[in-house]
Amino acid sequence: MIVLGIETSCDETGVGIVRRHADGTLELLADEVASSVEEHARFGGVVPEIASRAHLQAMAPTMRRALDTAGLELSTVDAIAVTAGPGLAGALMVGVAAAKAYSTASGKPLYGVNHLAGHVAADTIEHGPLPPRCLALLVSGGHSQLLLVEGLTEKITEIGATIDDAAGEAYDKVARILGLPYPGGPPIDKLAKQGNPRAIAFPRGLTGQRDAPFDFSFSGLKTAVARWVEKHEATGAEIPLADVAASFQEAVADVLTAKAIRAAREHEVDTMVISGGVAANSRLGELARERCAEAGITLRVPRPRLCTDNGAMIAALGAHVVASGAKPSPATLAADTSLPLVYGS
Amino acid sequence: MLVLALDTATPAVTAGVVALDGDAPPELLAERVTVDPRAHTELLTPHVTAALDEAGVRLDQLDAIVCGSGPGPFTGLRVGMVTGAALGQALGIPVHPVSTLDAIAYATPFHTSLLVVTDARRREVYWSVYCDQGWRVAGPHVDKPDVVAAKLADELEPIGVTEVSGPVAQQHAELFGLTVLPTTYPTPVGLVGAAAWPLREGAEPEPLTPLYLRQPDAVEPGARKRVSQA
Ligand SMILES: Nc1ncnc2c1ncn2[C@@H]1O[C@H](COP(=O)(O)OP(=O)(O)OP(=O)(O)O)[C@@H](O)[C@H]1O
Ligand SMILES: [Mg+2]
Repeated sequence: MIVLGIETSCDETGVGIVRRHADGTLELLADEVASSVEEHARFGGVVPEIASRAHLQAMAPTMRRALDTAGLELSTVDAIAVTAGPGLAGALMVGVAAAKAYSTASGKPLYGVNHLAGHVAADTIEHGPLPPRCLALLVSGGHSQLLLVEGLTEKITEIGATIDDAAGEAYDKVARILGLPYPGGPPIDKLAKQGNPRAIAFPRGLTGQRDAPFDFSFSGLKTAVARWVEKHEATGAEIPLADVAASFQEAVADVLTAKAIRAAREHEVDTMVISGGVAANSRLGELARERCAEAGITLRVPRPRLCTDNGAMIAALGAHVVASGAKPSPATLAADTSLPLVYGS
Repeated sequence: MLVLALDTATPAVTAGVVALDGDAPPELLAERVTVDPRAHTELLTPHVTAALDEAGVRLDQLDAIVCGSGPGPFTGLRVGMVTGAALGQALGIPVHPVSTLDAIAYATPFHTSLLVVTDARRREVYWSVYCDQGWRVAGPHVDKPDVVAAKLADELEPIGVTEVSGPVAQQHAELFGLTVLPTTYPTPVGLVGAAAWPLREGAEPEPLTPLYLRQPDAVEPGARKRVSQA
């Protein structure tokens, strides 16, 4: 079965194509992405209207490239999946309208699926089907969540989430404080490699006795970094940028992995998936590997390319949804910023 | 030839099938129009399917698509544009953009010179002016209604505009001092009529670029705010 996936929830226009084999494994046939990230850089964050305009211009060319790469035509795919939510409303709308048109023109069934479940499904492209139960740590520019996944198409329960900034957002804001470009994840990650992660003891949000054990908070951390930098600027001393980056990164990776391990233990799962743009972070990966190994948990992280927004992860989730026997979305499908995690629930 | 017409640049969700043969005026075969500014994504493709069914036309029988390119408030406008682009790509047929205001003018039976106005939100209107031959002589622009009224009385005075149409014509007719004509939303016949020349000539379609007329609202961040007390 061949499924084509369309993704436009934020600033990436993605079209991916996967083939699902009878044993549940996936074969990646195409993964084309057009990004408007450079147009947002000078604004320090995604500007929804700019992203939506870019999706409109990129949609048809990205589709063409994906079909050409796979050596297919729309008439030879079996189903189309599209991110119907959550995400930026105006951006989602472009992908959903396009997907409906491609589905109408080709007569192929259309499935409107959840972007966050798609991030988790991305891992099944590389590492095969998920076990019956696992924990997913989803860390991206817009989300930071702990999900208990008991079947990607059956039951996904949110057991914790950020109460303020997402982890990626914290990277982007701290990058601004340090005078690094947007998006902030990659430059901080790079700079941190030359710094001392124990140089500054930045706070670990929501780790007190009475705090919600599986929720995250990164806004206090961002403010603490800003305060530290301002204090040092005032003394006229040169800011040890690499140490600040490394110490900030350590605080993020420490909190994320500590809470994820605790959640896995509490919910008695032995597999953890980390996905979303921040999963590309080198220190998060390293610390997660260390702590999962200690706890006897199998760690699965998709390659960086599949961690950030892409159409292949939507195709992957779509393929699992189709295989589950679910009915296609109705002809009146629209973007839904509060779409449930599990298809059809 | 059989043409599919789409427009989502106003609160109306419009789809229709139109025949354009020889030099005859476009002939409507079937249309579906719903006025609901929040239902563009939801209803456009169902409207396409329903209009085709009623017209007894299959998608693979279509020769071309005409798509209203605005001006229109951003989000809804893109639904029609991307739907047109994707259908055209998948069916391998040309997609011609046409100004939504031109489509309204084409469908308005006017006598002298005509102003067409649609809602641009933020207390502004999108507008164009058409001479008695039907050609657009001003626009499309976006302005406050009183600015449009001032221009009608000043630089556009020689054109002699006496009539106004479009979804918000009634609202501003008194300010403009013009007679209101009943055509409001763009129609499939108006869309195809406004694109009749490139359709008949088989001309290369213009790029499918929406007429936004406004820049995205985005400000570059200034200097970072301090978080510490001074
Ligand atoms: N190596 C890295 N280390 C840390 N963060 C990173 C790294 N690479 C990317 N990021 C961060 O990942 C984020 C982008 O990820 P992604 O594309 O998944 O998110 P999004 O699409 O903006 O949000 P969402 O998926 O929640 O809608 C950015 O905030 C970026 O700074
Ligand atoms: Mg994402």
